[in-house]
Amino acid sequence: MDQLIQTLLFGLSNGFVIALIALGYTLVYGIIQLINFAHGEIYMIGSFMALTVITTAGVSWTDPVGARLVVIVLALMAAMLFAGSINFLVDRVAYRRLRRAPRLAPLITAIGFSFVLQNIGIWWKGARPLQFPALLPPTNILTDWLHLDTTITFSIPMLFVMVVTVPLLLLLRWFVRNTRLGKAMRATAQDRDAAALMGIDVNRTISLTFLLGGLMAGAAGLINGLYNNQVVFNMGFFAGLMAFTAAVLGGIGNLTGAVLGGIFLGLVGALSDSYLQAQWTPAIVFAVLVLVIVFKPSGLLGEQVADRA
Amino acid sequence: MPILELNDVHAYYGHIHALKGVSLSVEEGEIVTLIGANGAGKSTTLRTISGLLRPRLGSIRFQGQRIDGLPPHRVAALRIGHAPEGRRVFPRMTVRENLEMGAFLQSDPAALRQGLERVFTLFPRLQERERQAAGTLSGGEQQMLAIGRALMSQPRILLLDEPSMGLAPTLVELIFDIIVDINRQGTAILLVEQNAHMALSIAHRGYVIQTGQIILSDTAEGLQRNELVRRAYLGEESALAG
Ligand SMILES: Nc1ncnc2c1ncn2[C@@H]1O[C@H](COP(=O)(O)OP(=O)(O)O)[C@@H](O)[C@H]1O
Ligand SMILES: [Mg+2]
Repeated sequence: MDQLIQTLLFGLSNGFVIALIALGYTLVYGIIQLINFAHGEIYMIGSFMALTVITTAGVSWTDPVGARLVVIVLALMAAMLFAGSINFLVDRVAYRRLRRAPRLAPLITAIGFSFVLQNIGIWWKGARPLQFPALLPPTNILTDWLHLDTTITFSIPMLFVMVVTVPLLLLLRWFVRNTRLGKAMRATAQDRDAAALMGIDVNRTISLTFLLGGLMAGAAGLINGLYNNQVVFNMGFFAGLMAFTAAVLGGIGNLTGAVLGGIFLGLVGALSDSYLQAQWTPAIVFAVLVLVIVFKPSGLLGEQVADRA
Repeated sequence: MPILELNDVHAYYGHIHALKGVSLSVEEGEIVTLIGANGAGKSTTLRTISGLLRPRLGSIRFQGQRIDGLPPHRVAALRIGHAPEGRRVFPRMTVRENLEMGAFLQSDPAALRQGLERVFTLFPRLQERERQAAGTLSGGEQQMLAIGRALMSQPRILLLDEPSMGLAPTLVELIFDIIVDINRQGTAILLVEQNAHMALSIAHRGYVIQTGQIILSDTAEGLQRNELVRRAYLGEESALAG
């Protein structure tokens, strides 16, 4: 029982990170029907930016809590803004020109940009995996703080994942549902020409969508760094595939679906890691993808409803 | 000065030359209809006015000011309302949200409230359906919503693309009565129709478009009497064939 609960807790933490990345796929697909294959690399770029901020600040786990928290907040903001800007820029210089081209054109461009961004990653931090400073102590909240008699670990890094992710997810949902710009996004996703006739600047709205997706991926970059303590230039590939699968699972275009899909895949991955073997996890994740595409291609919550926040 | 004036407008879809020098005008307070067969270029004319399509040649003036080449959201900002062909409501937004989108450029909440009041007075049915997703409405209700949504921007001119399409005859009459009401409240109207009979019954003037060219222009009565219009657009060809 304890092992199961432990596994689910690990899965939940990973699932939140996947969910943050999955949102970028689903937002962009919802509005321009593009599977943004470069999105995993946006996440990688975000984590590199976070690492740069933390190493530049020169803090480590021996520094006072306050100093570490300040640096973490700065790194989070820098990673989000940088990843958001890069995503916005790629759309501006590449995809926007292809808005009226056949769908395959932006898709292939996205694959191309994923290689470009990976190479920028190599140029920036080299090809080898890097240690991400463990600024969060591995303290087990259950035993060390609450003095519970248990073998289950719920650590500060796990708490951190949830404390940062949940508000971001709620904020994004609120934004898309309630703000003027969010409504413009939903309208554009449902009918681009009709949205333009309402006075919505469609290009600006699409840019905003890329920016938001990038912000979430950047946050995932920092969170994952502090949780798993390792980054590498091609980390976006597998994370991207997981997140894409999560988005398809939840019904691509559907925000709530992407989050639930991410959490589900996190749990499935953790169960497979602990009850089978870790090398089986990718096979199981893709078996899930294949099953969904074969039996319920519109996903579990229905397709193309980025507007159904 | 006409409120809207097209002068020798040419538009293309790739290599397809869809508008071959369209010229027409709408005066303040008028209902002008543009009639023509399927594929003649009626919708393309409206899409070009709204900026969804860029004319390659020619000029479009709104209250004397050139608007050709402006992106659609800038054209909408000049208060040119467009209820497009096929209604194009936002299916997964409620009726209320659709109407709010129509007032996207209205920052004044009082104007939004007045707009809603006006639309609900014209179309009480929409008020009954206020919280319902637009995609679940009937065809007639969606048409009411499309027109209502276009009215929310308090347009100076309203472009209507086949408002009668796919509707039962009694509904068509209802919609056309409301179009007349809207016009009496001071909005100029450019009405595109395949149902020439209905369109000419409410319009002041009309144009006939055929394969991207205006081939006739006259008062509504003149067009109703015109031999070619009677044969080709008012369904009297059977008399000839027989
Ligand atoms: N999106 C499009 N791509 C290519 N050709 C189009 C497109 N839309 C319309 N056309 C062509 O342009 C011409 C005019 O179409 P349209 O303006 O829709 O006619 P109408 O509204 O009078 O029925 C037709 O020949 C039609 O086939
Ligand atoms: Mg048409």
